[in-house]
Amino acid sequence: MPLVNGGKITGDGFAKLAVDTPLPESGDILVPAERFLSEAEGLFKRAGKVGVIWPNNRDIAELVPYLGKLATVALVFPTFRDGRAYSQARLLRERYNYRGELRATGQVLRDQFVFMLRAGFDAFEVKKQADAEAFMQTAKRYSVFYQPTGDGRITALHRRMQLRHSEGVGT
Amino acid sequence: MYAYDEIDRTLVNERVSEFRDQVKRRLSGELTEDEFKILRLQNGVYLQLHAYMFRVAIPYGTLATDQLRALAHVARKYDRGYGHFTTRQNIQFNWIKLAELPDALEDLAKVGIHAMQTSGNNMRNVTSDQWAGVAPGEIEDPRIWSELIRQHTTLHPEFSFLPRKFKIAITASDHDRAAIKIHDIGLRLIKNEKGETGFEVLVGGGLGRTPFIAKTIKHFVHGRDILSYIEAILRVYNQYGRRDNIYKARIKILVHELGIEKFSREVEEEWQHIRNSSLQIDDEVIEDIRSRFTYPAYEKLPHMPDELRQAAADPDFEAWRKNSVAPHKVQGYSIVTISLKPTGGPPGDATAEQMDALADLADKYSFGEVRVGHEQNLALPHVAKRDLPALWKALDKLGLATPNVNLITDIIACPGLDYCSLANARSIPIAQELTRRFANHELANLIGRLHINISGCINACGHHHVGHIGILGVEKNGEEVYQITIGGRADENAALGALIGPGVKFDEVADVIEDVVEAYLALRERPEELFMDTVKRLGVEPFKERVYATR
Repeated sequence: MPLVNGGKITGDGFAKLAVDTPLPESGDILVPAERFLSEAEGLFKRAGKVGVIWPNNRDIAELVPYLGKLATVALVFPTFRDGRAYSQARLLRERYNYRGELRATGQVLRDQFVFMLRAGFDAFEVKKQADAEAFMQTAKRYSVFYQPTGDGRITALHRRMQLRHSEGVGT
Repeated sequence: MYAYDEIDRTLVNERVSEFRDQVKRRLSGELTEDEFKILRLQNGVYLQLHAYMFRVAIPYGTLATDQLRALAHVARKYDRGYGHFTTRQNIQFNWIKLAELPDALEDLAKVGIHAMQTSGNNMRNVTSDQWAGVAPGEIEDPRIWSELIRQHTTLHPEFSFLPRKFKIAITASDHDRAAIKIHDIGLRLIKNEKGETGFEVLVGGGLGRTPFIAKTIKHFVHGRDILSYIEAILRVYNQYGRRDNIYKARIKILVHELGIEKFSREVEEEWQHIRNSSLQIDDEVIEDIRSRFTYPAYEKLPHMPDELRQAAADPDFEAWRKNSVAPHKVQGYSIVTISLKPTGGPPGDATAEQMDALADLADKYSFGEVRVGHEQNLALPHVAKRDLPALWKALDKLGLATPNVNLITDIIACPGLDYCSLANARSIPIAQELTRRFANHELANLIGRLHINISGCINACGHHHVGHIGILGVEKNGEEVYQITIGGRADENAALGALIGPGVKFDEVADVIEDVVEAYLALRERPEELFMDTVKRLGVEPFKERVYATR
């Protein structure tokens, strides 16, 4: 699956470990949640970045002690119909102030990019090559946003306030 | 009326352009049907029995006349010349072509209407009282808050892929015309002892195969906190709502399984994290929305104009006036309900010609505004009493003056097996037959307020559980069988009906309903005792006896 990061298709520097894959000596690794929680201390001692693949039915608060050290958190969309990871993403970004990479994995299609960006994702393992190529164009589809999220975009309600105040000057 | 500004229009146009691209990718095969399904549903497009069905949102039931004309245009240009108003302040078109949908949406976008989130597992079109802003005694116009919530829930980045659909309804009157107790979230606008505006919040109502009446989760949430409180409910639901079984995925099941106390503790905990965030609404924002609702420049008019006094001599006019005309908060004005339930017609249907003509009448007599109610009727919200006789004549010519509002032939019915791919039984022909059986207005008036609700399957789009008489069509051994319930209601005293006995065949339904009605007429203590009150007093038994003694 192509990885889109910073708006561009990039190589994935992380090796995905299964529950029982032997730990490679070096390099960046992405580890399933169970294994991560049981081996966290050892994982962080070795050279290379550590990321975790977090299932969408597990409390994201369990990650809080590790957030400062994690290079990436990969949240899972088992199907594009299942929106639990959107809530997890917002909690990570807005409540727990996670600043590392937040990666969307699973059934990631271009029609979800705007929602995902707004929820705080910044890396995308995209299912289809054509969707990955269409990333920038699709991500810019909307210029109006009604809800405040942690992404810093100004909402329609507040843009109206700004317009109203600027119109008020000199009239 | 609420006026869209450039910001709202831009969003709708961006949505149309996105959907045009999605349809193009579907038609080229780039998107699979499985992938496309969710995207089209989020734009109100279903694949039905015969064709695509297109459901357009009428947020909180308010339509400007140019919007109604645009709906007529869609009916004429892209469909078969009519539309069907539903129980959800929507209109559906049944025969639309997929390739033409983006054009239809673009035509609607020009007048500020859209089909966003009229389907799919997201937050649906916010519904409210069709008399909002004109009903005497309401706390304040609930549409200001409906609009705030409409905006907040449109393309919400966290809640567009929920376990199941999610419906919010708002009322601001003692008499609940928005049926808030059968919604996922019901909001009742109230004032606290300090005179501040807020909401009683109810949660977990809904019909379908597991019907529940909503429970109060919080007695008062301040207006400034309503978005964060809704967001807290949604976030708990998004994370813990069941996704393993579509029939158990609605929030009512989560509330039921956890219990309202545990559920409300979860919500409360979530809410404390977010209530003082950017979701808090300051007065200025509400004032801005309020300022974009415009109200007619009402005249100072007499309570009883001469025109009305003279017309009272015409018994046909009087029959209609008593039935369809309700008090308005401004003296000299009325709210006029337009029955879409003519004798022998499918409930809720209107032709393009009727829509256009009604738009003209609304321009002439109702300051260019039309309303849509969940009972599948329309309303003109600001009619000067002096104009009532002229309006009645004009409506009568259009076939829109049937004097049966709230009577036994004012039937709510889903499209049923004739249109819907989910249905197991016909609904419309049952409704049509009943309107013929009870076409006699004197008899209907003698019976008094009586709501019949019909659904052609367990999904309950016809709200049969909350009909005073509910009719549910099911399929049994290849045959349509109808189960009859009595005693349901969808108002402020919402209740689910009770089954009166074994199901009956298609051909017997109208006879059985006649039996139920005859039993009521014989059992009521006085003419003022309404059907639902007799049922409440006596229970199911006497009705059951009357219906099944000879069957």
